[in-house]
Amino acid sequence: MPTRTSIMRGTRAAIALALALATGAATASAQSLTGAGATFPYPIYSKWFDSYRQKTGVEINYQSIGSGGGIQQVKAGTVDFGASDAALSDVQLKDMPRRIVHIPTVAGAVVLAYNLPGFDAKLKLTPELVTAIYLGKITTWNDKRLAAANPGASMPAAPILAVHRSDGSGTTNIFTTYLARVSGEWKQLVGAATSVSWPSGVGGKGNEGVAGLVRQTPGAIGYIELAYAKQNQLPYAQLRNHAGNFVEPTLASITAAVAGAAPLLAKDVRSPIADSPAADAYPISGLTFLLVYQEQKDPAKGKALVEFLHWAMHDGQEMAAALDYARLPEAIVAVNEKTLAGVSVGGKAGK
Amino acid sequence: MTVAPLALPARRPRAVTADVLYREVLRAAAACVLVVVAVIVYQTARGAGPALHTYGARFLTGTEWDPVAEHFGALPYVFGTLVSSLLALALALPPCVGAAVYLSELAAPRVGEAMAFLIEMLAAVPSIVYGLWGLFVLAPWLRAGIEPWLIAHLGFLPLFQGFPFGIGMLNAVIVLAVMIAPTIISISREVLLATPGALREAALALGATRSEALGVTLRVARPGILGAVILALGRALGETMAVTMVIGNSNAMSWSLLSPSATMSSVIANEFAEATGKLHASALIEIALVLFALTVLVNAVARLLVYWTTGGRRHDAARA
Repeated sequence: MPTRTSIMRGTRAAIALALALATGAATASAQSLTGAGATFPYPIYSKWFDSYRQKTGVEINYQSIGSGGGIQQVKAGTVDFGASDAALSDVQLKDMPRRIVHIPTVAGAVVLAYNLPGFDAKLKLTPELVTAIYLGKITTWNDKRLAAANPGASMPAAPILAVHRSDGSGTTNIFTTYLARVSGEWKQLVGAATSVSWPSGVGGKGNEGVAGLVRQTPGAIGYIELAYAKQNQLPYAQLRNHAGNFVEPTLASITAAVAGAAPLLAKDVRSPIADSPAADAYPISGLTFLLVYQEQKDPAKGKALVEFLHWAMHDGQEMAAALDYARLPEAIVAVNEKTLAGVSVGGKAGK
Repeated sequence: MTVAPLALPARRPRAVTADVLYREVLRAAAACVLVVVAVIVYQTARGAGPALHTYGARFLTGTEWDPVAEHFGALPYVFGTLVSSLLALALALPPCVGAAVYLSELAAPRVGEAMAFLIEMLAAVPSIVYGLWGLFVLAPWLRAGIEPWLIAHLGFLPLFQGFPFGIGMLNAVIVLAVMIAPTIISISREVLLATPGALREAALALGATRSEALGVTLRVARPGILGAVILALGRALGETMAVTMVIGNSNAMSWSLLSPSATMSSVIANEFAEATGKLHASALIEIALVLFALTVLVNAVARLLVYWTTGGRRHDAARA
């Protein structure tokens, strides 16, 4: 009969062997990458990672902890790439240990969803009206200024409840960037950031919170991402853009907004695309970015990341429309290819 | 086979290693709790350091909360926390003590037990469920019926001026009152059941009416009920998720119950995850420190109250 000592020795040897095999297997299997950040593009990213894994076997793990979390994690080096709806400011870039490049992946729109029972027409808003509503200057729906933008429609005499985000978010950043561009008063009084001091209105937590408040409260208007408005079947307003046309937020008008800002983006891909000059652009659009170190320390991971990003710029874009994201126009894909060419992997520039 | 003689202790019992070990392990466990609290206070104070240096006392008197310009003043949140918790307590206390009296004194024993069990189940409901209830059930009620009525009949008071949107301070106060009710009812009921029956019988024997005898019992149970109030107030002060969903998250300070507001815990829950600015994060941690200090202060005041109302005697029921 085996002695207790020999059983123990045998068990220890078996465990050691199993560990060696497991680690050996891990290094022998396909590359795996980790990323963290924005919640807005999470649906398209998870589809991309799934499709890419089926195609190449590369496993990409993404935690949607919010743009702020993504920035912190990529700074700390705990993830291979970060994702953020708001581009990093110069101050934030200086704070990073090494140089970070921004790769815009898809574009989204922030729409103004409203709840007006009895109002069946499509609400039309101008930049001045949106600013005035959120500054608390227009307090009822039957205000003359609103009626002027919506001729022929009868507006109810209900009070307006302007809903904003109570938590810090990239959606707020896109919306306030737009307001700061179209209104000097807003820029001075409130400013643009992921979290601002709102002059009036109530706050809901997350896109879901704002959508919930708008849906529940007659007379409410709130800014949410296009995908949320569509999924919750909330009516949203047409907005007058820089060129003077009232534009419906659609995937085409978002892509047009990105294309309209292409010259600026070619110079600095972080340029805001809000209030884009193109004729059919939807004015409250924004890009979402992946944050990648220009110098990839780990050659295997760096190579896998660059290859994935190339794939995302071409095959990945085909999947965007099905999930209500706007694909990048060709001009921006070219900008991204140029950026990726500058990413050095273990000392050699990426293809 | 010889029987060993009984080892009787000579003068003092010799310390048995097992007993010493047992006592020291338990002492260490109790000390752990104190150590954890001390570490929490230290880390919070350290995190709040930059904000404390930058704003000083202005932090508690300032009303502007601007992450862009980095002006932070916590007064609206302190106001919101105090008003929502105290009003919720004022709203909940009379019905809950009444309910406790009913369940302990007047209800048939089995009915009382069954209802007490159901009320304790209410305490187990997660706070986010209360938040959803407040948003999807209470808000429409308030918007459609109660708030318009208040505005129409009591609108001359600054307390009820504004628009009936359904969410705001009033909604939060009601949700908080419902959340702290099970705590108050179950503890008050336990305390009332624990008062010696002899007191009641003696009062009745001396010719007291039933309600006078009840008054005697309540007077004896007062320290315990105050203990229940302390616990309930503690829960109301710290309640985060349910309040965040229904209070409207606006840093406007208004006397109107119909206006949206914010509490200290709701602003931390909302903004901390995305607070990338160092001063912003530090200001939020300072709010946490202020909330902690407030809770300690409220507890201390309540315990003093208990001490005074028992005439300085340490009543067992006070250790609720």
